[in-house]
Amino acid sequence: MVFEIVLRLAGVMAAFLVLPLLVGQTEHKLMAHMQGRLGPMHAGRFHGWAQLIADGVKFAQKEDVVPAAADKPVFRLAPAVALVPYLLVLLFIPLGPGDLVGSSLDMGLFVVLALVGVGVLAVLMAGWASANKYTLVGALRGAAQLMAYELPLVLAAASVPVAAGTLNLQGIVEAWNPWWLLWQLPAALVFFTAGVAEIRRPPFDAPVADSELVFGYLTEYTGLRFALLLLAEYAGIVVIAALTSVLFLGGWKGPGPEWLGWLWTLLKTGALSVVVIWLRVAWPRLRVDQIQALCWKGLVPVALAQLVLTTVVALAIS
Amino acid sequence: MSSSLLGDYAVFGVLLLAGFAFVAFAMLANRALRPSAPSAAKSMTYECGVDPVGGDWAQVQIRYYVYAFLFVLFAVEALFLFPWAAVFASFGAAAAAEMGVFVGVLALGLAYAWRKGVLKWR
Repeated sequence: MVFEIVLRLAGVMAAFLVLPLLVGQTEHKLMAHMQGRLGPMHAGRFHGWAQLIADGVKFAQKEDVVPAAADKPVFRLAPAVALVPYLLVLLFIPLGPGDLVGSSLDMGLFVVLALVGVGVLAVLMAGWASANKYTLVGALRGAAQLMAYELPLVLAAASVPVAAGTLNLQGIVEAWNPWWLLWQLPAALVFFTAGVAEIRRPPFDAPVADSELVFGYLTEYTGLRFALLLLAEYAGIVVIAALTSVLFLGGWKGPGPEWLGWLWTLLKTGALSVVVIWLRVAWPRLRVDQIQALCWKGLVPVALAQLVLTTVVALAIS
Repeated sequence: MSSSLLGDYAVFGVLLLAGFAFVAFAMLANRALRPSAPSAAKSMTYECGVDPVGGDWAQVQIRYYVYAFLFVLFAVEALFLFPWAAVFASFGAAAAAEMGVFVGVLALGLAYAWRKGVLKWR
């Protein structure tokens, strides 16, 4: 029993340490090719495969600089607050049918959404505690954005348990049917868009906005703390992609034998991660007011309409 | 899958501790590996290389406090959606009608805020 739990936790930890790095490496090369350049080519000789490891070694050796004006305990704690919620989300994401999940909670979806919502705290902590004008502006932008997009994220996600009849993430995948791709399409689009905004990826990167705010709420961070915050960003991509594929794309379901389900989950998560990277290359940054308008005048009404549609159809089916 | 509720939360708690332990371990390893040469200039607030202007705490107009109010209203109501969704199937039409009223009120509130021009970033 104890051994089994340790094994599960080790699996979750391994996924947490490996998958974000794979996404990061894919981003290096994919962005480079989409922009007609080479990307990192030297570290490790073959196509620069060791670039991220080299980066990690460099970050681990860098001096730890905390600004004199900073609120030091909060400044030091912020990377952990950014990182740990994503690790905890991975615990509940089912990899395959049966027992292939870290922990199967009856109110899994609820807990997962609550954990994703902690992100705003890390942004405010980092930006405020740095005592820097750029970080403060970045943090306040981030707070406004994350708060607003929390709403369509939650409303779109609420449509899924109505259709599935359960809040358990494994139960949701089991109840999933290919025709949900059509029925839940608006919710899926709203959820994914709001998710990309929640992790502050382009085109929703106004809180970071490297060409106007230096590096937004991360301006004062260097060395390992900065690396941990970057790791949190990539872990966020994995989490949003995995959640979208579990809720809307049927998780482990797909052609082929059931024991290959874990491969489907990973493939779907990987494909959605590539879309997140693609968005960064293809789209210009949205302005702060455009971000708010898209949320309140676009995503929220669509999510509400989807909720009504889901209820009506679920009632008609049952 | 048949583990108890308490067991599930215990696993959650252990992973929470493991997450913080991971960060603490990384920072400890960092301490062993990094140089330390503090200087006043290095720990100055960064403003693109020039000396910082004015105090460290800037005053910012919080434009989105109305959004914040809206959010609190909506989020509190959205919270009730989840227990409702979990039991929806066993109640059927009555539950669906209640949901219609609920979403209707939400939509009305949003339309009112929109009409009042609250949703404009100024």
